Amino acid sequence: MTAPESPPLVEMRNIRVSYGGVHAVDDVSIDLRAGEVVGLVGGNGAGKSTLMRALSGARKADSGTILIDGKIVTITNPHDAKGHGIETIYQTLALADNLNAPANLFLGRELTNWIGDLDNAAMEHETRKVMARLNPNFTRFSSPVSSLSGGQRQAVAIARAVHFNARIMIMDEPTAALGPAETAQVRNLIRQLKAEGLGIFLVSHDIHDVFDLSDRISVMYHGKIVGTVNKADVTHDDVLSMIILGR
Amino acid sequence: MTDGVGVAPDELQGGKPSWLRGQVASLGLDLRLFGMLVALALILVYFGIRTDGKFLSPSNLVVLAIQASVVAVMATGMVLVIVSRNIDLSVGSIVGLVSMTYAMLMTEWMPDLGIRFDTGYMWIVALAIGLGLGTAIGALQGFVIAYMGVPSFIVTLGGLLSLRGVVWVLSEGAAKSGLAEPFQLLGGGAIGAIGGPPTWAVGIVAAVGIIALTVYGRRQRSRFGFGVRPAWADGLLAMAGAGAVVGLAAFFNANLWPKGLASRYAIANGITEPPGGLKIAVGIPWPVVLVIGVTLVMTYLATRRRFGREVFAYGGNPEAAALAGINTRWTIMKVFALMGLLCGVSAAIAAARLNGSTLDIGQGNELYVIAAAVVGGTSLAGGIGTIPGAVLGGLVMQTLAYGLNFTRVTSAVQNIVAGIVLVVAVGFDTYNRRRAG
Repeated sequence: MTAPESPPLVEMRNIRVSYGGVHAVDDVSIDLRAGEVVGLVGGNGAGKSTLMRALSGARKADSGTILIDGKIVTITNPHDAKGHGIETIYQTLALADNLNAPANLFLGRELTNWIGDLDNAAMEHETRKVMARLNPNFTRFSSPVSSLSGGQRQAVAIARAVHFNARIMIMDEPTAALGPAETAQVRNLIRQLKAEGLGIFLVSHDIHDVFDLSDRISVMYHGKIVGTVNKADVTHDDVLSMIILGR
Repeated sequence: MTDGVGVAPDELQGGKPSWLRGQVASLGLDLRLFGMLVALALILVYFGIRTDGKFLSPSNLVVLAIQASVVAVMATGMVLVIVSRNIDLSVGSIVGLVSMTYAMLMTEWMPDLGIRFDTGYMWIVALAIGLGLGTAIGALQGFVIAYMGVPSFIVTLGGLLSLRGVVWVLSEGAAKSGLAEPFQLLGGGAIGAIGGPPTWAVGIVAAVGIIALTVYGRRQRSRFGFGVRPAWADGLLAMAGAGAVVGLAAFFNANLWPKGLASRYAIANGITEPPGGLKIAVGIPWPVVLVIGVTLVMTYLATRRRFGREVFAYGGNPEAAALAGINTRWTIMKVFALMGLLCGVSAAIAAARLNGSTLDIGQGNELYVIAAAVVGGTSLAGGIGTIPGAVLGGLVMQTLAYGLNFTRVTSAVQNIVAGIVLVVAVGFDTYNRRRAG
């Protein structure tokens, strides 16, 4: 663990998000340090994804503060979040199916030449570089991603998060749709990114995944965090009962 | 599109690798576009045979091209509207309103302000106001759609009805005619064209441009060591393209001034007429120049600029586009504003051809424009479509309509055929797409 005097990489304080009068996230505080994986678990509708959406800029928090490196920041849209080095891998992958891998990887921050034209060749080059690291078998750089397999699509979504030198990564159910081999690949990647000093929020239903990869585990129940524990101090059953009973 | 979506050489390798298929695949042709060219050629040949070749005379086909231009210009914008999961039913009424505005400006409003009819700038001012009006109407509709969340079908249906009403109110129910002479040139005709030598120049510049772009494309890809098509394939395509544009220039120049006009010109300029009369090439008509220019600019916007990438991304997955940080509302509003601007261009062509404006000008155009885009391969589900495809689709539909008209088929039967062709073409396309996966 880092020395206590250095501020956490991310600190979310008293966050509230409500949908039509229902508090999906109700006065939640959570933090994340560099080189740390924090697992976020809870039942369906517990508010995990909503909390993370407030950090990734997909949904503005109704109230509360977000601090990065101890400084208060304002995140109202995905652009703000990316500006602070926050990258997100969504459960739905959030890919434009009709576009190819390079177009998806650079979606919203395309490389352009001196007159502002898209530099497709340069984008393909960068995509080839990052894919060589993540999935060396990937060759279909000009096909629309709708024609790729689930694992390949996941690789594109991960490549998009990795390429831009994120410091904070949010992974929402990163292995939910994957086969065993691809799941192992994603786990290795998480360990590698952690070793590189990134802070990672791992949202998952899969308690085994969370125990394998996380340093700390936060349990959400009905929009509140009911406990944050060090992995070493608890058993699977302890966490399960927190998820189910909310205490 | 050639980059974001579409068929690329390295995915055509499925199936049995027979030698011929391999060679055809390495051409990396856009099969849909190619298929439409074949369909167009078949339609032309059919009507050519039916009329003993009269249908294929340069003067006749030039009239056809001019007629198709009003729809073709708007079809380029409709592609982006449909790609972004929207529809615009108001285009015909915008044409009506802007046409009437051009006519009112030049026949009443500007003369009332003391701007004389023969001032050189009258038509430019009128054109600028009309284009601005079209853009403003499109932007307003786009604002209601994107920022207030009213479905585009409803907003533009409202536009279809109410803007046509505005035409009636403006003109007090009367047609207007008599536009400034330079403006009339936008409608084509013997003098509404760029003339013989410039047509050759355009043809040659375009041929050189196609070859240069091919070479540039190869350079770009080999800059990073990516695979390029075999040199023979690129060479063949470039030569075919260059040949086609020079051929088109020759075709437009085979259209000659009418005898009477030519001899009057000869007398006025003191030229002795050779036996058989003076032969003056008409060249590319201005409306066709507009179609070519609009097609190039719109293709550039759709495939080479961020704006186009954002529109296609939104069409493919609106949520993904928003999560990628794209300002999707602003993008949608821009699409509709652009559509309005293109309606202004079409309105100029339509008004110039009529030398004025009627109450029903543009009526029903929305259906032909949507049909052109859809026959040209635009998917109503969003995210898929090409600008050249829509222009070609418009040309196919207009050629069919014009040919049936030319062979004296009644308008009732014309509509029956147009409707069936629309459904069959899209059905065929859907079948192919499903098979390709």
